[in-house]
Amino acid sequence: MTDRLFQRAAPRANLLVTGARLYDRASGLEGARLDVRIADGRIAEMGESLTANGEEIVDAGGLTMTPGLVDPHVHLRTPGEEDKEDIASGTRAAAAGGFVAILAMPNTDPVVDSAPVLTGLVERAREQAAVRTGFFAAITVRQEGRTLVEMGELAARGAAGFSDDGRPVESAGLLRRALQYSAVTGLKLSLHEEDLTLAAGGQMHEGAVSAELGLQGHPGIAESVMVARDLLIARHEGAPLHLCHISAAESVAEIRRAKELGVEVTAEVSPHHLCLTDEAVRSLDPSTTKMSPPLRSAADRAALIEALADGTLDCIATDHAPHRAQDKEVPFEAAPNGVIGLETAFPAVYTNLVAPGLVPLSTIVERMSAGPARAFGLAPPTLRVGEVADLALWNLGETWTVEPPYASRSRNAWCEGHVLQGRCTLTIAGGSVAHRLVEVAL
Amino acid sequence: MELYPPTLPQHRRHLIAVTDLTRPDVERLLETAEGFESVMERDVKKVPTLRGRTVLNIFFESSTRTASSFELAAKRLSADTMSLKATGSSVDKGESLKDTILTLSAYDPDVIVIRHPQAGAPRLVTRYTEAHVVNAGDGKHQHPTQSLLDLYTIHRELGDIDGLHVAIVGDILHSRVARSNIQALRLMGAHVRLVGPPPLIPRGIEAMGVEVSHEIGAIADADVVYVLRMQRERMLEGENYVPSLREYAALWGVTPERVRPSQLVMHPGPMNRGIEIAPEVADAPNSKVVDQVRAGLVVRMAVLYDLLTEPAFTGGEAALRVVAGQEVA
Repeated sequence: MTDRLFQRAAPRANLLVTGARLYDRASGLEGARLDVRIADGRIAEMGESLTANGEEIVDAGGLTMTPGLVDPHVHLRTPGEEDKEDIASGTRAAAAGGFVAILAMPNTDPVVDSAPVLTGLVERAREQAAVRTGFFAAITVRQEGRTLVEMGELAARGAAGFSDDGRPVESAGLLRRALQYSAVTGLKLSLHEEDLTLAAGGQMHEGAVSAELGLQGHPGIAESVMVARDLLIARHEGAPLHLCHISAAESVAEIRRAKELGVEVTAEVSPHHLCLTDEAVRSLDPSTTKMSPPLRSAADRAALIEALADGTLDCIATDHAPHRAQDKEVPFEAAPNGVIGLETAFPAVYTNLVAPGLVPLSTIVERMSAGPARAFGLAPPTLRVGEVADLALWNLGETWTVEPPYASRSRNAWCEGHVLQGRCTLTIAGGSVAHRLVEVAL
Repeated sequence: MELYPPTLPQHRRHLIAVTDLTRPDVERLLETAEGFESVMERDVKKVPTLRGRTVLNIFFESSTRTASSFELAAKRLSADTMSLKATGSSVDKGESLKDTILTLSAYDPDVIVIRHPQAGAPRLVTRYTEAHVVNAGDGKHQHPTQSLLDLYTIHRELGDIDGLHVAIVGDILHSRVARSNIQALRLMGAHVRLVGPPPLIPRGIEAMGVEVSHEIGAIADADVVYVLRMQRERMLEGENYVPSLREYAALWGVTPERVRPSQLVMHPGPMNRGIEIAPEVADAPNSKVVDQVRAGLVVRMAVLYDLLTEPAFTGGEAALRVVAGQEVA
């Protein structure tokens, strides 16, 4: 099988992590307290009271170990806008947030729509990526919605999937062809669902808050009409598909129904849609509250949380979207869409969903690790002897305030200023230490 | 359970939105404005109250009455004023709002009055200046001094605003005046009903404590009929908010048959005679359009005075005695 995740060469970890509580549903771990020996980048031994064989001991008493997180929706802004983010900074941010694998979107400059651009990215990832990094190729040339990219060649060169993210595939006929043709690659389409005529240039969710603020409304149906359309096409074609950053309750209902009908659909939701509502836009601060799709109503948020818990939504994806400070220090309507969130995704979800008892920790871990991995045919990170070490260690008792400096090159963090509970202290990605908050004495 | 970004500390008072004001604030401002009426009746229509103070008017969007009203208000209070338009300035050369404000703040203005086509611009300006900031209209968001002058006009004509019924007619969706006025009228205890074509009434606006009707007959029992401008740019091909201005005028135009002489008719201007308001209605004795413009002057004097006079007010009356004693020779 073609390699679809790329990472820089780094020394393999040799560590004995002692005393952590382990959560990994696939391994039947729901808080068991075990020592984990990592030798030459692999999980060599798991058990009680292991003794060091000369490797460094990480005293993880009171900490929590999970499989490393997987993010199927990141904007690395490379090539073309490396002042916003590059592969080194973006993957450092990922590692700081406990991610061991990420998939980058192709809406770059130039768009990733040809083998040379993709190959250039793969080479850079092999030199710079702190975590395993995959790349979507576009569905259509220049993401213009007219001509399919050469999917066969791009798949052979290591594309992880296809997406015109940032824009919908407006033509139903073209989407049907894309679903038919992509079957030869075995890769999935990841769709940004938005009917642009219903979105009508909307700046925020259409509702009581937009009515009061006088910002053009972007109704939930702008998304769900397109979700319904594409699920019908996918069902007709018997083709799998993945839906990006679902935000509206009506979309959730459509996905739930399609799954019952046997459509092979997976869908993601972003931490900011799980944690915030359109009320936050009252700040009129585009750096923290302007993104596409927009923050929606409390009812939408409740539907998203319920769907995440019951599995209608398969995974959490950050939609990490770096922007220049000067592009966000403007009036709301003049600012571009997008917020960053790799470094804060798990703590934000833990604080807002797990700590209040809305969704169990093991479910969140599944939706942020095995769920997104399975959606794109990647091997799920697993805490099991013999596996490559892809794991994260968390201090769930620590509270901290989100503030710069960030590992990301940009600072448009949606939860800047928030007090979050839970912090990643160690990330081992592809068998190498990718992030370590503090050096632990031997 | 939701976590919001912390609000930035505000060291200075600003007037950005009607929600910045309490009911006593509004009452104080209206009383102060009334006190300035006597100044307007003198031969020399000027007081030295703000001598040595600087008021910058920065207009990123065209305006006749608001811009002239703020400039004259500052001059009548003896402040130094400077008015800048976005066209013909460094904004044309691509300068950002942040840099424009940082540059102009180097002159240490006491007040920056700003109009901008985008919501939230005045709030953004407060981050980059030490001046008091007054919103003279931002996008479709807010126009608080318009609301104050409308309250002032209604109060002078009808007395107590509490309990009055006000119908706002027309394009609510694109109107900052509507949003500010809804909040201002509700703050003062008035009942508000919005009347207009369904696509021009924003979904969810009922949450602001208003009634909604799509029938022009719903203005019949109002004490005040507040008519909004039907903007021609909303009629661009493909917009389809209403099929035509002709049909709009037929279904929602405020015509002599639809209002009684005992109802006040108001309009923020500029009017499209024959579209949202019939010429006979605009020129009738119960039309207060010209009074609104005059009210704009004293109300904006009151706003500048209120922001700049320190220490904080002890109450309208005491402040007015000070003003009266400072007549320019």
